[in-house]
Amino acid sequence: MFKPSHFAAVVLFALFASTVFGITQRETPKRMLRYGIYCFVFFVGSVLAWSWVMFFIAR
Amino acid sequence: MELFPAPIRYSQVGMATEQKSSAEAQQVSVYLPLIAGWLVPGAGHFLLRKWGRGALLSVSIVCMYALGIAMQGKLYSSVHDVLDILGLAGDLGNGMLFIVSRLAGLGADSVQQTTADYGTRFIVVAGLLNVIAAVDAHNLRTGRKS
Repeated sequence: MFKPSHFAAVVLFALFASTVFGITQRETPKRMLRYGIYCFVFFVGSVLAWSWVMFFIAR
Repeated sequence: MELFPAPIRYSQVGMATEQKSSAEAQQVSVYLPLIAGWLVPGAGHFLLRKWGRGALLSVSIVCMYALGIAMQGKLYSSVHDVLDILGLAGDLGNGMLFIVSRLAGLGADSVQQTTADYGTRFIVVAGLLNVIAAVDAHNLRTGRKS
């Protein structure tokens, strides 16, 4: 059984979802790559940001 | 009005190949890429000779689904409430992957660990991404997207 950490699961999820979003939501390869990177950074960045918010709420 | 218009320079290298490839893609039925893309991730793009895009979509969706199964994610089979309906709809988006997995008895019947919950989400989202990819193939076929 594969048991990734929460962060590893987030990174894998972001990687695959960003790849599909990049290819399907843009038309040229350059724009696909840029949008894919943007989605990946947004996915991971928003998770990190909300994690810190919840950390301070829980204290 | 220009007195001395610039000369038109263009190369015909590859133009016939492009037209041939486009014509072959146009011979595919309008709904075939949609259905093929739903049943097999990336197949809609392969039918339209978008090899690179198809391969990336296929690898992404199949990997996400396989990781979901490896994490002992739940495959929805019966419907008890609204959330189960949504989960089943997402799972059905995986097409043949879902059907084959059900027949092979893969996936868990219930979520008992945290990673299994991640896995369940991976499987549902893989199905939703597959639907997006299939619709993208349909848009390529109809010319809505280039």
